[in-house]
Amino acid sequence: MDTAESSSTSKKIQVQRYKPDDNPEKHYLNEETGLWSWLTTVDHKKIGIMFLGAITFFFFVGGIMALLVRTELWTPAKTFIEANTYNQLFTLHGAIMIFLFLVPSVPAALGNFILPLQLGAKDVAFPRLNLLSFYLYLTGAGIAIFSILNGGIDTGWTFYTPYSSTTGGAVTTMVFGVFVIGFSSILTGVNFITTIHKMRAPGLTWDKLPLFCWGLYATSIIQILATPVLAITLALVGMERILGIGIFDPAMGGDPVLFQHFFWFYSHPAVYIMIVPGFGVVSEIITTFSRKHIFGYWAIALSSLAIAFIGFLVWGHHMFVSGQASLASMVFSFLTFLVGIPTGIKMFNWTATLYKGSIDLKSPLLYIFGFFFLFLVGGLTGIVLGSIALDVHLHDTYYVVAHFHFVMVGGMVMAFLAGLHYWWPKITGRMYNETMAKIACGIIFVGFNVTFLPQFVMGSQGMPRRYFNYIEQFQPFHQVSTIGSFILGLGFLMVFYYLVKSLFGGQKATANPWGSRAMEWQINTRPPLHNFHHIPVIINGPYDYHKPMEEFQLGLAESPTDGHGQESDLEVTSDGKEINAE
Amino acid sequence: MADHSSSTTHSRFFQHHFVDAEQQFQTAKMGMWIFLVTEILMFGGLFAAYIVFRLWYPDLFTQASTELNTFWGGVNTVVLIGSSLTVAMAIKSAQLNQKKNIAINLGITLALAAVFMVIKYFEWTHKFELGIFPGQFYDFGGIAHEKANVFFSLYYLMTGLHGIHVLIGMGLMGWLLWRSLKNHFDSEYYTPIEITGLYWHLVDIIWIFLFPLFYLIE
Repeated sequence: MDTAESSSTSKKIQVQRYKPDDNPEKHYLNEETGLWSWLTTVDHKKIGIMFLGAITFFFFVGGIMALLVRTELWTPAKTFIEANTYNQLFTLHGAIMIFLFLVPSVPAALGNFILPLQLGAKDVAFPRLNLLSFYLYLTGAGIAIFSILNGGIDTGWTFYTPYSSTTGGAVTTMVFGVFVIGFSSILTGVNFITTIHKMRAPGLTWDKLPLFCWGLYATSIIQILATPVLAITLALVGMERILGIGIFDPAMGGDPVLFQHFFWFYSHPAVYIMIVPGFGVVSEIITTFSRKHIFGYWAIALSSLAIAFIGFLVWGHHMFVSGQASLASMVFSFLTFLVGIPTGIKMFNWTATLYKGSIDLKSPLLYIFGFFFLFLVGGLTGIVLGSIALDVHLHDTYYVVAHFHFVMVGGMVMAFLAGLHYWWPKITGRMYNETMAKIACGIIFVGFNVTFLPQFVMGSQGMPRRYFNYIEQFQPFHQVSTIGSFILGLGFLMVFYYLVKSLFGGQKATANPWGSRAMEWQINTRPPLHNFHHIPVIINGPYDYHKPMEEFQLGLAESPTDGHGQESDLEVTSDGKEINAE
Repeated sequence: MADHSSSTTHSRFFQHHFVDAEQQFQTAKMGMWIFLVTEILMFGGLFAAYIVFRLWYPDLFTQASTELNTFWGGVNTVVLIGSSLTVAMAIKSAQLNQKKNIAINLGITLALAAVFMVIKYFEWTHKFELGIFPGQFYDFGGIAHEKANVFFSLYYLMTGLHGIHVLIGMGLMGWLLWRSLKNHFDSEYYTPIEITGLYWHLVDIIWIFLFPLFYLIE
C-alpha cells in the first residue's frame, strides 16, 4: 500500500495522553472483594494470580519430593525410605513439576496477567473459558492427589506401557487427572491465540507485538497441536487398563513402541511449552534493563515459531534405543540438531541486545544472566544427546537427568523467577528487597550447579536414572548433588520469604519502576479492574528506548467522556502512524 | 455493560471487553476453529493407530469388516449429512432473521442426531449379543484371525469417541433450541448457532472418514 492510499483509507483517531497513577485508590484487587468475587471472577489478572498461587503450592510439593529423593540417594543402599516409596516419589516429583508447575507456570500465571495488558485489551478473548481452564486445572490436580493417596503411581512421569498398563496402584485415575489438566492447557492455548489475533488495540501491528506475546503465541500453537494427542494417548492407556484393548499390549497384538511414538509426539513439543514462554520473558527483561531496542526483533519472534514447528519433528530422539528403524533414528537425530539453530539465534540476539546497552543490573536481569549460563549448558548437552552414537551410551543415565534439569530448572524456572521479579511491582504494587533478591539468585545459581553438574559426570560414567541402589563409586557424586539440592531449596525458600514479606509493608511501587517502554508499564500500578479506562492507541513500539519517556504515555481511542487527561494533542492513523503532532 | 447499552445498539449478549459486536463474532468464530484443530489432532491419534494396525494386519481388517452392517452405516451417513444441512439452514435462517425457521431447523438437527445415536445403539448391542466386546472381553468365534479383538477395540474406541461428540452436539443443539425459543437469536446475534454449526460439521466429517475406513473395506 502506498502512502497516498493509506492516508485516504485510514481512520483518524483522536488521541489524548495521560499519566498513569502510581497508587490509585481503586484497582483490580479492591474494586470487587470477598472470596466469592475471586472464585467467580472472569478477570484475567485475578485468574493469573490464582494460577500463581496454585503453581507455587505444587512447586513446593514437587520440591519436597525432590529433596526426599535426593536424601534417599545419600547412601548406595536404603537410606531411610523403601524402594517402592522411592519409585512413587520420583514419579510424582516428575509428574507434579511438569504437569502442575512447568506447563502452566509462565503461560497460565504470568501470561494470563500480562498478555491482555501488553495487547491493550480489557481481557482475554474468552474470560469465562479462562476461568474454566483454572477449574479444570484444579480438578485435574485434585484427581492426581486422590491417585497419590489411593495407591500411588510408580511408572515414572512417562507412563510407559506395558508397565503402566499392568502395574498396580492408581495409574488409571492418575492418567485421567493428567487428561483433565491437558484440557486446561488446551483451553489456555485456544484463548491466547484468539486473544493475540483478535484483541490487539488499535495501532498494535504484528511488528510492534511484544516478544513475550510472540513467545506465548508459539507456546499456544504447541499446546493446541500436541496436548490433544497426549489426551488420546492417556485415554488409551486408561482403556488398556480397564478393557484390555490391546493397542499397546504386545501380548494382544499391540505395540508398546506405538505408545512411545504417541507419548513423545506430545511430550517432546511439550518441553518447548515449558521453555518458549521463558524465552519471551528473557526478551522483555533484556531490553528493559539494557535500555536498548531489542536486537533482531523479527529473528527472535520468528525463531520462536521455528522452534514450535521443528519441535514437532524430533520426537523420535527419545527412542533411539527403543527399536525404531535406524534410518528413522538418523533423520530424527538430524532434525534434532536443527532445533539448535533457532535457539542459537535467540541467544546471539539477546547477547547483541546487551552489547553497548546501558545495563542496569537489577535482580530480574541477574536471574536472566543465570538463565543464559544454565540454559546454554542445557541446550548444548541436548545436542550431545541428539547424536545417536553418544545417546546409546548416555540414554537413561543421570546425564539425561542433568540435561533436562538444566533446561527446565536452569532455563524455565530461572526465566519464571526473572519474570516474577520483573512483574511483581505491577501485580502486587509492592517492591521486594532488592539485596535479598540478588543474594537468593546467587544461592539458587550455586545450589543448582552443585546439584546437577556432578550428575553429568556420573551419568557419563554410567549411573542409570531412577535407580534406588547404586554402586559405591558414585557415592561422592550423589552426596555432592544432595548437598546442592538443599542449597537450591534454601534459595527458593528465601525467594518465597522476601516476596511474601514485600506484600506486608514492602515499599510501594510506582507505575513504571524499571523505566520500561512496554505497554503494561504505562498503566496504573496496580491496574484498574478493566485494565484501561479507554481503548488505548499504540503509537510506539514496546522497545523504542531511543525515544524519550514522555512519548510513552497512553493514547486513548475514544472521545473523552469523563474528563481524564488533556484535550487531544495528536492524531494517529489506524495503523499507528502519527500524522500530526503538535 | 449498562453504560454500553445506553449509548450504542449492542445486543444484550454483547460482552464488555470487546470493542464491537463484529469483533465479538469474529473472535468466537476463530476460537472455535482453533478448538476444532485440537479435535482433529485428538482423533488423529486414533486414526494413526488405525493406520498402524491396518498395515500390520490387512487380512484382519477385510475379514472383520464384514461383521459391520454397511446398510445401517450408510443410513447413518445420510442422516448425519442431512443434519449438517439443517444446521447450515439454521444459520442461514438466523442471517435472514427468520426466527421461527431457526428453531425448526435446530429441532430437525437434534432429531437427526438422535436417530444416528439410536441406530448406533442397535449396532453396538447387536454386536454385544454376538459376544463382540472390545479388548480382553472379546468372545466371538466367527472371525478366523487371532487379533480380531484389536479391530473391534479400534472400532469401539473410534465410533465411541465420535458418539460422545454427537451426544455433546445434541446437548448443544438442545441448548440452542431452548435459546431460540426464548427469542435470543436474530440476524444481529447468532454467534452460538454459527460456532456450534462449525463443531457439528466437524463431527460429521469425522464420521465421513470413519464410515469407509470401517464399513467399506474389501
